Amino acid sequence: MAEFLQFAFSGLTVGAVYALVAIGFTLIYNASDVVNFAQGEFVMIGGMATVFIMAAGVPMPLAAGGAIVIAVAVGLLLHRLAIEPARGADAVTLIIITIGASIFLRSAASIVFDKQFHTLPPFTGETPIVIGGAAILPQSLWVLGGGVVIVTILWAFLTHTILGKAILATAANRLAAKLVGINTSYVVGLSFAVSAAIGAIAGILVSPVTLTRYDVGTLLALKGFAAAMVGGMGSPIGAIVGGLLIGLLEAFGAGYISSDYKDAIAFLVILAVLFFMPTGLFGRASVERV
Amino acid sequence: MGRLFNHPLAAPALIALIVIACGFGLGSNFYLRVAALVWISALAAIGLNLLMGFAGQVSLGHAGFFGIGAYAVAVGPNVLPVSPLLALVLGIALAAVIAYLVGRPILKLKGHYLAVATLGFGILVYMVLSNESGLTGGPDGMPVSRATLFGWRLKGVDTWYWITGGVLVVGAWVAVNLVRSPTGRALRALHDSEVAARVVGVDVARYKLVAFVVSAVYTALAGGLLALFNGFITPDVAGFMHSIEFVVMVVLGGMGSIVGSLVGAAILIALPQALSAFQEYEHLALGLILMVFMIFLRKGIVPSLVALAGRGR
Amino acid sequence: MTKFQRLARLAAVSAASLALGLTAVSAADPIKIGSVLAVTGPASFLGDPEDKTLKMYVDKINEEGGVLGRPLELIVYDSGGDANKARTFATRLIEDDEVVAIVGGATTGTTMAMVPLVEDAEIPFISLGGAVVIIDPVKEWVFKTPHTDRMACQKIFEDMKANGYTKIGMISGTGGFGKSMRQQCLDVIGDYGIEVVADETYGPSDADMTPQLTKIKNADGVQAVVNPGFGQGPAIVTRNYRQLGIEVPLYQSHGVASKSFIELAGDSANGVRLPAAALLVADKLPDNDPQKAVVVDYKTMYEDQTGEDVSTFGGHAYDGLMILVEAIKKAGSDDPAAIRDAIEATTGFVGTGGEVNMSADDHLGLDVSAFKMLEIQDGDWTIVGGN
Repeated sequence: MAEFLQFAFSGLTVGAVYALVAIGFTLIYNASDVVNFAQGEFVMIGGMATVFIMAAGVPMPLAAGGAIVIAVAVGLLLHRLAIEPARGADAVTLIIITIGASIFLRSAASIVFDKQFHTLPPFTGETPIVIGGAAILPQSLWVLGGGVVIVTILWAFLTHTILGKAILATAANRLAAKLVGINTSYVVGLSFAVSAAIGAIAGILVSPVTLTRYDVGTLLALKGFAAAMVGGMGSPIGAIVGGLLIGLLEAFGAGYISSDYKDAIAFLVILAVLFFMPTGLFGRASVERV
Repeated sequence: MGRLFNHPLAAPALIALIVIACGFGLGSNFYLRVAALVWISALAAIGLNLLMGFAGQVSLGHAGFFGIGAYAVAVGPNVLPVSPLLALVLGIALAAVIAYLVGRPILKLKGHYLAVATLGFGILVYMVLSNESGLTGGPDGMPVSRATLFGWRLKGVDTWYWITGGVLVVGAWVAVNLVRSPTGRALRALHDSEVAARVVGVDVARYKLVAFVVSAVYTALAGGLLALFNGFITPDVAGFMHSIEFVVMVVLGGMGSIVGSLVGAAILIALPQALSAFQEYEHLALGLILMVFMIFLRKGIVPSLVALAGRGR
Repeated sequence: MTKFQRLARLAAVSAASLALGLTAVSAADPIKIGSVLAVTGPASFLGDPEDKTLKMYVDKINEEGGVLGRPLELIVYDSGGDANKARTFATRLIEDDEVVAIVGGATTGTTMAMVPLVEDAEIPFISLGGAVVIIDPVKEWVFKTPHTDRMACQKIFEDMKANGYTKIGMISGTGGFGKSMRQQCLDVIGDYGIEVVADETYGPSDADMTPQLTKIKNADGVQAVVNPGFGQGPAIVTRNYRQLGIEVPLYQSHGVASKSFIELAGDSANGVRLPAAALLVADKLPDNDPQKAVVVDYKTMYEDQTGEDVSTFGGHAYDGLMILVEAIKKAGSDDPAAIRDAIEATTGFVGTGGEVNMSADDHLGLDVSAFKMLEIQDGDWTIVGGN
């Protein structure tokens, strides 16, 4: 039982990060149909910028705030300079643009920051908390708690503010949203900003546990994308469930089956899920418009 | 002029001209090697283009087939009494069978869901190649024995330049014929609208599967050629980033354009060589160039330029 | 060397080349050496310090008058850790840039992809890759400077045996380094009467290894754990190890090669043992240690110029470059064959990795004694055991 719990803690911590990346994917996808492969770079910027602002002598909360601002600025620039000018292009063309952006941002980070691994001090110490014979780091609770808070705020924002409702409306039907006077370009920009902020916060929360480097975004984008898809593209709940599911599969796969093939096990389950539910766990069946 | 462009032999003839011109124009082994790598990647890109550009299905796992072809050539002669060239044939057959078995269930998926399923497939292949070090040498890779053809040892950059160039021309010619065949027309109908294609009686599932298998064959052949050419292979060839590179080649050059795939491959292979002078800014420039091309030539380089030229007249 | 001596030497070399009718080779013609390194990509923590070291020292050598009175010209290409790219760049170095020697190939995979080329072209190649396959069997034109993974295993097992451990757990990275070292360790472990009772792995970019460590913790009779791997993996393993409250000693490998490991692992690093080159403990070496001067100089120069912690990876590049420079001097020319012979005849060269004595059947020239057994105490390295 202690073993089971230990695996579960590991899976939830890692899965929470995947889930936050997947939510970022979902937000932007809903507002614009763009699958943003530079989403992982926001996580990287969150962690790396905090490290380097702190190194300049700024206290952690301020540094974290600064990092989030930087990530949001990058998100807005990405939208303004790369996505907006290509409006109306094929989905796959837009994907290649975001891949280009991700290569660009990674390289920029290696020049502006460096190519070393870095860590952040844990928010509240390193003494593990023992629950049912399994040890969990306080920082893991921060990651999980932070994830819950972000999701709650996001939900409140989307359903209780005009701006949030504009995003939902744009997601539901872009043309209709435009007709009722919503500035859809503004809404898409907003979704990039919010996604960037979520990514950066995830990066700050998780860097004390998982370490960070200029190129951590690639793997996170891959896992986050898989999480968003298995959950059902466009569904925020699906993104969360998908992220946690992949994290748990990896941990239990490593613990009970084979650490060599844990990633493969996760993808096999994803394939199985999609085989039975072709639009993911929470995805809507889409109808092709003729 | 327009009629010339539309001739079924235009694309393979143009590619053949390029291969011959480069073969005599490029002096050093280094340039010949880069060109041979372009031909190999272009072959894989043409294969993927048949799937993406004509059948409208995305794959983020084609490096998996590339890896199967490459490792069949590397591992085959060690475990079976076959020559490297026969192993290449077996590898291609294996890739086709795997594509058929994998394609049947996953091609039911659409759009990004298909993308993630193919991505999973690619990762599975990569993990097997990387983990089974007893057979594959693990992440540090393994040597590939030299191929012999009628007692002639195939080695040297110039030899492989002509082999890969020749295979590319034949590959392009086959692709063009395929596209112009009834199968190809069905595929294009599928790309435009799956529903419409189904309504007029196209067996959608079957044609998708045909495109998937054919593209796997092209890619596995390319992988096998790379292994024979290099004499050494690592699992990176089956990695996720390599799959992404193939997709970028296809989209950058232009979906549905055979010549475009060559252009896309040429840019992705040659650009890092050209940009190496920029040192640490190399990837910065690469990312930027990718974005700029896709923003301004969003249909891909070749189709966009052809359209521009058409408008100019 | 005084200015006068340098001038005299320059004149002598010019005169000699003129006398030999080699009018094309003027004194100012640079000696071209090439390098292919994983400056970016997953192995960039190898390639990056190596790249910086090579550039730094080539500049320094040129400021001091170059080699044989001629400046060195260094050409570095970034393979991104990709074997296929490495091979293309090696072709470019040989065919297009016409270098006389190559120092580089940060990883074993990229090195092995380049080996057939340098063998065909007959260009000496000093590899910075780790695995023993690079020089075993011996290849005529290929040398290497980093200690082999087999030596690291032997050093670790010696220490374990001395402490009476017979059952151990192993958790290794699935990257090239971890995978190769795991195999080497399994190959030699029998010699020490030690048995692996739990054998786990983790991926190169994994962020949490508690599941694997839980299994090792629950395996029967584990007396110590060894972690072959490099990059961020060992730091996370070390943290997870303490998180789970595992009490038995943890051994890291020589893949943990700089102070940044201690920074990343924090307090968890205390008590960790590892085999490492003298470079890591430069300031703690006794003054009579033959390596003292070399490692202190290199460490000071690297840390001053880059503002980063010195790593043994950069040290391998230093050793490779210096062995090459010495060989060119000894050969008295930039003829690749002469340089190759001179490299093979390297004896008594003191570098950051140890004393190098090469021969026709040993293209590494280091033995297990080049490693020191270190333990991390209070956030710093200390030398332990009978070194």
